[in-house]
Amino acid sequence: MTYTIEGKTGAWEIVVGLEVHAQVISHSKLFSGASASYGGEPNTHVSLVDAGFPGMLPVLNQECVAQAIRTGLGLRARINLESRFDRKNYFYADLPTGYQISQFTHPIVGEGTVEIELADGTVRHIGITRLHMEQDAGKSMHDQDPARSFIDLNRAGVALMEIVSEPDIRCPEEAGAYLRKLRQILRYLGTCDGNMEEGSMRADVNVSVRKAGEPFRTRCEIKNVNSIRYVMHAIEVEATRQIEVWEDGGEVDQETRLFDPSRNETRSLRSKEDAHDYRYFPDPDLLPLVVEQEWVDALERGLPELPDDKRDRFVKEYGIPRYDASVLVAEQAIADYYEEVAKGRDARLAANWVTGDLFGALNRTGRTITDSPISAAALGGMLDLVSDKTINGKIAKEVFEDMLETGDSAAAIVERKGLKQVTDTGAIDAAVADVMARNADKVEEYRGGKDRLFGFFVGQVMKAMAGKANPAMVNEALKKVL
Amino acid sequence: MSLTELTIADAASGLRARKFSAVELVRAHTDAIAALNPRLNAYITTTADEALKAAQQADDVLAKGEARALTGIPLGIKDLFCTNGVRTTAASNILKNFVPPYESTVTANLLRDGAVFVGKTNLDEFAMGSANITSAFGPVENPWKRNGDDAALVPGGSSGGSAAAVAAGLAMGATGTDTGGSIRQPAAYCGIVGLKPTYGRCSRFGTIAYASSLDQAGPMARSVRDCAIMLQSMAGFDERDSTSVNCDVPDYSAAIGRSLKGLKVGIPAEYRAEGLSAEIAAAWQQGIEWLKAAGCEIVDVSLPHTKYGLATYYIVAPAECSSNLARYDGLRFGERVPGDTLDAMYEATRRAGFGPEVRRRIMMGTYVLSAGYYDAYYLKAQKVRTLIRRDFTEAFGKVDVLLTPTAPTPAFAQGEQSDDPVQMYLNDIFTVPASMAGMPAMSVPVGLGATGLPLGLQLIGRPFDEETLLATGNALESAAGFTHRPAIRAEAAK
Repeated sequence: MTYTIEGKTGAWEIVVGLEVHAQVISHSKLFSGASASYGGEPNTHVSLVDAGFPGMLPVLNQECVAQAIRTGLGLRARINLESRFDRKNYFYADLPTGYQISQFTHPIVGEGTVEIELADGTVRHIGITRLHMEQDAGKSMHDQDPARSFIDLNRAGVALMEIVSEPDIRCPEEAGAYLRKLRQILRYLGTCDGNMEEGSMRADVNVSVRKAGEPFRTRCEIKNVNSIRYVMHAIEVEATRQIEVWEDGGEVDQETRLFDPSRNETRSLRSKEDAHDYRYFPDPDLLPLVVEQEWVDALERGLPELPDDKRDRFVKEYGIPRYDASVLVAEQAIADYYEEVAKGRDARLAANWVTGDLFGALNRTGRTITDSPISAAALGGMLDLVSDKTINGKIAKEVFEDMLETGDSAAAIVERKGLKQVTDTGAIDAAVADVMARNADKVEEYRGGKDRLFGFFVGQVMKAMAGKANPAMVNEALKKVL
Repeated sequence: MSLTELTIADAASGLRARKFSAVELVRAHTDAIAALNPRLNAYITTTADEALKAAQQADDVLAKGEARALTGIPLGIKDLFCTNGVRTTAASNILKNFVPPYESTVTANLLRDGAVFVGKTNLDEFAMGSANITSAFGPVENPWKRNGDDAALVPGGSSGGSAAAVAAGLAMGATGTDTGGSIRQPAAYCGIVGLKPTYGRCSRFGTIAYASSLDQAGPMARSVRDCAIMLQSMAGFDERDSTSVNCDVPDYSAAIGRSLKGLKVGIPAEYRAEGLSAEIAAAWQQGIEWLKAAGCEIVDVSLPHTKYGLATYYIVAPAECSSNLARYDGLRFGERVPGDTLDAMYEATRRAGFGPEVRRRIMMGTYVLSAGYYDAYYLKAQKVRTLIRRDFTEAFGKVDVLLTPTAPTPAFAQGEQSDDPVQMYLNDIFTVPASMAGMPAMSVPVGLGATGLPLGLQLIGRPFDEETLLATGNALESAAGFTHRPAIRAEAAK
């Protein structure tokens, strides 16, 4: 089913490609020894190289290259054993050397693919055109003084990976799914923290529209969108704008636009005529980057299990539904938590508890899996009590809530509250007899054919036994006497 | 013999033999600078006080018998090398008050080996020029005079201050940088030896960049042996320069005096170019005879792409400079001229900061890298550069070293060629090809021309074979017996 937007002249398809800038996790910057860490007082993480002092030269940071290769491998992409660095020349106050070192013609990573899954279960493959390394610029601050601008070079020279997708995305939902998946892969790999609010991952969105079967029409680029939700909004808003332009007999200009979330519109930033001529040329301070296949192989061997592989393994190994598996592998920490709970236990039951009660509890308490109030071992301990029939499912919910509140172990709570399940047939039979005696009319109705009253009797017996009776045994006892 | 006439090698022995102290040696040079620099303008900044302090320390080191190769030797440093705490200007207004808080690798190596810096030598602004007339600190005068003529001659460029200082006895040696001939051509004009090492032999870290793929530091001195001594100290791998090459630095002095028997010397036909003066053609022929006599075999070779060298150079070098000089924007260091907007500030700062030749090259470079022109100029030039390099590689399959003139003419007078930039560029016609190919090359003075000015011959060697250059250069030097001294010099000024 193709996503379309209805215009005056009929249905329009949208075509989207994304350029994601992902800040590389590394100790130091791409070409200098200065710290690459976020925060810090302005201009405290700046070397003479970053500040572009006369005679300073860039020296490539090997760890950043390793991170780019790991990411390429994670995107199932071709690793180019030879790549090059170019200079992208433009003047701006937060660009100390007057050029950004980037990989223009020969990126380190070539074509790859990202598998996304939509809400209706559809699986799509989004092509990756390339991934290249480049330097970040510094930060201009125009709001500190009425007359002057201030520059913070802490970020100048920090390594970025620009990940460019093919124009394979056809609706906002796919764009969202792609970005979430990309972020998930980067986080699994430990190559980017994917934190869009802090700007360590940001997206440029290329949007065009067309009628079914047409070749691509002119695209516009929406720069620097900093949340997944905004990307999805921006696509819809921009596509709608373009459709109006075309339908009014106009022509969409190739230009760079900005998305304004407060007004839910995109605005022209600069047209193609005003586009910078970046005068790219190979950086003569850096030799071509040549990496050995053996090193790439070693990096590949060191990669963690990636989310798609983990999901498939969960389905196979734990026999849980694909949807549950997808939810559980969303984050490495969740997957690890689940595996600790599931190991040697009823894996389906474990999945239900993690995705159900645990996620609910985390939501309510505003916690994440890494600071979960109930550890995987504690939740496993509770499931053990369910499996060995010490408690039943209903009591388990009560125990879980208690664990959440007190942090006590399930066993301690069961002990303290005397919640151990009753499996004494004598006590159950007695409770059954008592309920029958007090509800003789209902017994008559049941025997007269009103089958659904059976649930009522079960409830009455469980209530009489404070919920602690073994439900299967209650069923059996009731069937016998009824 | 006067202390300002000694070679580095002789001065080093004299210091060890306590014939004179480092303080005496350095003072002789700082006095000479005080006397002659107002006229020659070879130094932009002099550091006499610091030099004399360093000389005292050098004497302590000598007394302890711990002297290193250059202990107590007064050197001039081209003002393109950043020197910690000492103003470094690149002969440009935009850096006229710039004091780097760091030391270039080349100067740090020289300091490690005991050298004493007497000052920062003048140059063409940002090393762009062939006559040292583009300096924001005024032109340098060549210490040589034409017979019976007091006209001020140019010292060549861009390392004109270094060449003039060494020739006039204002330093025993000096550092230069060579992008298209900036060590060799001024060495030839001033009657000294200048060596441009293989690209990658000396670190570029801390040296202000002109054209990164061509810039190479090298020694300038009054003898081939002195160049070997200086290069020994300057050369070596530096992890802070990705283009420096990690290969062993041989004992360069050991190459001096090596037998040349059987050495094949190539004579490239294409260097018999139009505009080659008769006196230089004669000196070239004389050089050939001397090397024959030393046992060399002379072989005619062809470097067919030589004629494209200059045109290619004037695309590649300006392209790189247009980008390298973008950092001089008035924001973080250097001079700033205020403006109402960021762009206005950039324009005012760079208009006031850069001279006409630098502006010309930035504009040429910006043009050749522009969209729509890149393929026709920059990309084409890179292809031609590959062909030029191949010419040399093929020639070095047949011969061990090439012998050519260094420049088409001897030094000319200030103002003679300055109105036509292209005419000026032609001075580098013989030096540019080796730069484009990254080959090591050296200029050696071999005699005086008809008007009494020094003439230089150029030797070009295989990559990282500076030893053959030094051995062959030494043979030419011995055969020529070049002992001529310029009219203006420290000794004569006394």
